[in-house]
Amino acid sequence: MKNSHPFSNFFYSLSGSLVIMEKDARIYYIKPPVIIFGILFPLFFFLAFALGRKVSSFILIPGMVSMSLFFTSSSVGPLITPWERTARTYERLLTTPISLFSLILGDAMAGFIFGILISLIPLFLGFTFFNVKVVHPFCLIGNMLLSSLCFSSLGVALSSSATEAPSQAMMLSSLVRFPLIFISGIFIPLNNLPNWGKIIATISPLTYTTDLLRFSLYDDGFYPIFLDLLMLVIFSILFFGLALKLHKKNLIKAI
Amino acid sequence: MDKYKLAPEFGGERKTTQEDKIAIKVSGLTKYYGDFLALDRINFKVEKGQIFGFLGPNGAGKTTTIRILTGILIPDKGKAEIMGIDVTKDPIGAKKIMGVVPEVCNVYTDLSAWENIILAGKLYRVRKGERQKRAKQLLQKFDLIKIKDEKTKKLSKGMRQRLILAMSLIHDPEILFLDEPTSGLDVKSTHMIRKILQELKLKGKTIFLTTHNIEEANLICDKVAIINRGKIVAFDTPERLKSAFKRTQSIEVSFDRMPSDIKWVEDIPHIDRYQILGDKLRLYTPDPDIVIRELTKYTEKNKLRFVSLSTLGPSLEDVFVKLTEEKETKL
Repeated sequence: MKNSHPFSNFFYSLSGSLVIMEKDARIYYIKPPVIIFGILFPLFFFLAFALGRKVSSFILIPGMVSMSLFFTSSSVGPLITPWERTARTYERLLTTPISLFSLILGDAMAGFIFGILISLIPLFLGFTFFNVKVVHPFCLIGNMLLSSLCFSSLGVALSSSATEAPSQAMMLSSLVRFPLIFISGIFIPLNNLPNWGKIIATISPLTYTTDLLRFSLYDDGFYPIFLDLLMLVIFSILFFGLALKLHKKNLIKAI
Repeated sequence: MDKYKLAPEFGGERKTTQEDKIAIKVSGLTKYYGDFLALDRINFKVEKGQIFGFLGPNGAGKTTTIRILTGILIPDKGKAEIMGIDVTKDPIGAKKIMGVVPEVCNVYTDLSAWENIILAGKLYRVRKGERQKRAKQLLQKFDLIKIKDEKTKKLSKGMRQRLILAMSLIHDPEILFLDEPTSGLDVKSTHMIRKILQELKLKGKTIFLTTHNIEEANLICDKVAIINRGKIVAFDTPERLKSAFKRTQSIEVSFDRMPSDIKWVEDIPHIDRYQILGDKLRLYTPDPDIVIRELTKYTEKNKLRFVSLSTLGPSLEDVFVKLTEEKETKL
């Protein structure tokens, strides 16, 4: 039997990503605690930042949607591989005809869809209660798709640490994700940040998501749209590449 | 009319070569974990339709070999081919034609038995109709059909292992890799798994299994290889391996009352070693005749009676112990 064609194997393997995505959705995402967490967490942040203070919808709605995208897309991803390792299902998964690339892509796709669906809630809250209008719809759709992919890739990258304990993965995930929120211009517009704040904000992908949302909803962005989109593409590639590299590196420890 | 024969590419018959009969070919396989040499240039071939037993003590390199053959690990040197497919170059192509049951693995406990096997079918891209038909057949075969809708967290270890084996067969693979498939299982599950493996062999499937259970290898394997410290120390059929170790014959004896002091056994000539097995004494010797005479003298002198006395040929376990011990003393 000859070695099969790499091109046909690529599509064969890629279709496996969809199976992985379906598996993740059924086993890890469509669970009442996960869905409730996805809805409540951004709401708590909203209450913490908005109650008792005069915060304009210009700051609040893009911030809420960004937070929701960020937290929901990257919340379950860091736990999938440690859970699979603990449950002893990971090695069997690796023996199926699915490449590591497809496996990671499948995990990222599950987070991507979950992130988009949950983030529609604060967006519709904005439309309903704060009279927010979409000024640039294509930019809004593109931003949500790209940002969700970027954050879910970050989640999968965080899942590839050598640890088998989901609690340790959660700790690492919080250590990385929280600073990314605080350094971004999520609740303080970039215009109002001091110069050093503006510089630090550039290293958080959340900065570009929020900036694009402000542009999409209020026609008021800090960076050019092209730059925001480019940075999100760069961060997505970076996080996905990092996930692939770390998963390969930690493969022996994982099984 | 037979003067001109069609070439194989135009539909003519192709001569079966020796290579066509080979399911697994391993040449010069070497694997390091840091400085530790886990596999040291191992070579072997497994013919199609055979049950091949891969034996060895813990840490000998069995699981590393199986992980390389199943495309999980990449060797540092050497080549592994599955049905002519180079596993390192085309792992996806090789994985399509193999079913794997890893040593430590589990099913998704939040899913039912049916959902687990269907998920396995999807992972191997078995078409929907075929997937459901095979899933039903396999669950029936493994006596799991009655509990197909139950969450697998409620199933016993034996049931889960049967389900994992059923999942590994959902795509009707040509080769099956099993790492310790019956380890820690109840008798019913063990017998069922062994029976199904023999049925698969009759259907022409190749089975590669690692096991600690030497008797299991003796019973169901056509060929065995023994690996120790990353090197193959023996490769043959179980019977030929045993006959090569004729020296390790043994006598199993039991008396009406077991002597409290057993030191006298050491004075019998030609005893290599001895073991107390419950109420029996097993004496390993190249010359059973002398030993039986000595035992008879001892019983007469001490007014003992034989309850049973039998001579045994070398077991595969004896061969295994001998080979792995020899290696260790050399090292």
